[in-house]
Amino acid sequence: MTTEVATAPEDLVVEHRVAQVPVSRAQRFGACGALVVIGLVTLWRFGIDGHHHQDASIRLGSNFAKHVPHFTVPAVPVAWVAGGLTILLGLLWLVVPRRRWFGPVMGVGITLFVVALICWLASASSFAYVDVVGLLTSGIALSVPLILGALAGVMCERSAVINVAIEGQMLAGAWAAALFGSVIGAAAGLLSAAVAGALMGWLLAVFAIRYLVNQVVLGVVLNVFAAGLTGFFYDAFMQPHSQSLNEVAVLENHKVPLLGDIPVVGPLLFDTGYIVYLTYVLIVLVDVWLFRTRWGLRTRAVGEHPKAADTVGIRVLAMRYRNVILGGAIAGIGGSYFVFAVGSFSKNITSGQGFIALAALIFGRWSPRGAVGAALLFGFASAMQTTLSINAPSIPSNFVAMVPYLATILAVAGLVGKVRAPAADGEPYVKG
Amino acid sequence: MSEQTVDPAADPQAVLTSSQQDDEPPRGFWARYARANSLVVTLLAFVTAMILGGLLIAVADPRTQDASHYFFQYPWDTFRYGFAAIGHGYVALFQGAVFNPHTAAKGTWAGYVGPISETLTNATPLILGGLSVGLAFRAGLFNIGGQGQVIAGAICAGFVGFHWQLPPGLHLLLGIIAGALGGAAWGGLAGLLKAKTGAHEVITTIMLNYIAVSLLAYLLSVKGFQAPPYGQAISNTVHKSAQLPPLLGSSVRVHGGLILALLAAWFVHWLLTKSTLGFRLRAVGANQFASRTAGMSVERSYITVMLIAGALCGLAGVSQILGTNSQLTGDIDAGIGFDAITVALLGRANARGIVAAGLLFGALHAGGTQMQSATGTPIDLVQVIQSLIVLFIAAPMLVRAIYRLKGSTSGVAGELAKGWNG
Repeated sequence: MTTEVATAPEDLVVEHRVAQVPVSRAQRFGACGALVVIGLVTLWRFGIDGHHHQDASIRLGSNFAKHVPHFTVPAVPVAWVAGGLTILLGLLWLVVPRRRWFGPVMGVGITLFVVALICWLASASSFAYVDVVGLLTSGIALSVPLILGALAGVMCERSAVINVAIEGQMLAGAWAAALFGSVIGAAAGLLSAAVAGALMGWLLAVFAIRYLVNQVVLGVVLNVFAAGLTGFFYDAFMQPHSQSLNEVAVLENHKVPLLGDIPVVGPLLFDTGYIVYLTYVLIVLVDVWLFRTRWGLRTRAVGEHPKAADTVGIRVLAMRYRNVILGGAIAGIGGSYFVFAVGSFSKNITSGQGFIALAALIFGRWSPRGAVGAALLFGFASAMQTTLSINAPSIPSNFVAMVPYLATILAVAGLVGKVRAPAADGEPYVKG
Repeated sequence: MSEQTVDPAADPQAVLTSSQQDDEPPRGFWARYARANSLVVTLLAFVTAMILGGLLIAVADPRTQDASHYFFQYPWDTFRYGFAAIGHGYVALFQGAVFNPHTAAKGTWAGYVGPISETLTNATPLILGGLSVGLAFRAGLFNIGGQGQVIAGAICAGFVGFHWQLPPGLHLLLGIIAGALGGAAWGGLAGLLKAKTGAHEVITTIMLNYIAVSLLAYLLSVKGFQAPPYGQAISNTVHKSAQLPPLLGSSVRVHGGLILALLAAWFVHWLLTKSTLGFRLRAVGANQFASRTAGMSVERSYITVMLIAGALCGLAGVSQILGTNSQLTGDIDAGIGFDAITVALLGRANARGIVAAGLLFGALHAGGTQMQSATGTPIDLVQVIQSLIVLFIAAPMLVRAIYRLKGSTSGVAGELAKGWNG
């Protein structure tokens, strides 16, 4: 499109056209196929094979709370409608694919599937009711470390340092939170988690920026290092003295005065632990930081075109150091959440969540909002998996566990539009 | 620090041949030491990592901790106990990995060769995995998917092993082939995605790892796969006819997987140095654009190398399920996928180096177990030492800075200094 403008300078007429980016064949047929398959599964599994003559009882809140909205819906008809709509949506997409609609269309399709799934679950005879708010709450709880890890990744990778070491930074944070949280107090634990994460971030920065080590190699090695070191100190000190060195106060819920009283949203978002509130703040902060401040503009410049940034006087390496260390601190806080959720540290407590955070970062296309959305999606998938594995053994919950990873593969394979990392991501900058 | 300005990406060939790169070897030990070829850097990296590991041993030692409370009254005690702890720890490490006079004193065969057998048993999958990662390195790909490929290989080999009834030799052969194919499929998928869509192999292989973990977890809950009485996540036992034969008698664990690993090392060596395909792979790894201009199919190279790399990791899975263990469990991969990356880096991505690195890390693992039981030093120390060695090797400039050396070889990792988009 730019060439058209460039080749006709003598006309002096600039033609404005809204470019209609065509949808690739893979995306067109792939998305249609996916939606039709989801629809057929819904029809077959929850419709034809569903629990007939039983209504689904759904509550928006736990059984213990008073005045909880609840309602019953006929599960099988819901499945028929949801399945039919999903198939219709898929066919509609095939006929008129529009790039901008891709996200919403897939979102609606997946939502319909989840609705039918929950109704099916609630109509099972073994079940009195399904608490949707409870499900969402556990989804958010599982998302918090993912969100923080993904935000850490955004900070690093926007300044062009690949962060595969999110896992290691979280693990270091978790370890420090447990140690200092039990010796001094919860606040000190949180602070030291940030410091430990920042130290791991500093290691990543030094080796990536100063010693020019390949950043993916480095990330992997740092993960091994963090796992080894925390495991070593856990066995050497914390486990023998677990009473004094590995026992922190479990995160308590604090209700926000007014917001906490809103019917469904209140208990869901404004009646949780302080790390979750901190997460809200950090989400806004990172987004504003990156896109509304001078710092953010420079960070993004350094990540996209370090030479140009250097030419206009931005200190490229310093920007990278700062962002990677800050990112590490955020990941460290994310790691501390694992400890504060259960009250103690155990070996490899992060269990690969750092890599899911990495997936969320990529699935969210290296933007804070996208990363948070992806982290929430992955968190809810995880909560759904737990619920299914307990309550519906007939559905193989392990396949639900694969969803985040499959989604990420499809994303990087170009099925969800073009996923593009910051242009200089992973490339060391050497002046000259 | 003028060498800091050396762009590692500009001279990839220097990395591949860094060990023979010195044009004119200087005379005299110190002159040679100061020139610091990559072998010296490797040794120094190992020594430095062991020193730092020793510090950790001393810190974790209870007697040293007690003595440190009165450090300012009588500092000698702290040092004495500290050094004693380090000595005991590393002696136990050696005894667990090479030769243990205490067990040898019993006079049994297992007492003599037990430690060596443990080292070789641990080294077998590490060598295979290291070859996989190293081969992919040479073609410019970073195979983080060892875990998934090991699991895929183990699933396939295990299934053939416990589900089919075949005569001894044939059964084993088919099990090995099935494992290699399983791993190849899992690795090839990442290569295919890279070739057809440009999806970065690091991202896809990490994701495929977790998919494999979930798949294994699912299979371990399915009847026909899971062992009765279906209470535990453990598979049926592989038939005797499909198990790799023991190499040093049935009293110690080392098994025929080692032969497989050495054959694979020979194959990779031949592939990289003698074959046309290996030349193509190395060319693509050194400069994909030049290779494309020269008429090579970069895409086909990616698929081919990931198929072979996957098959090698699949063989590591074979060694796990048909050799070391006989039942599939959730942690059948035993962290080989990630350890393999460190093996490949330490081995500088060539077959001989990888065999040596695999043996070293196998020895560290075997010794670490003995060290934990003899002195109480946590085995996680091995992971720390391992990662430190690789960290120092990947950053030779740091090692040179510590030991005040001159030299200009860049790290093996620098070769791949490229981003998600590259």
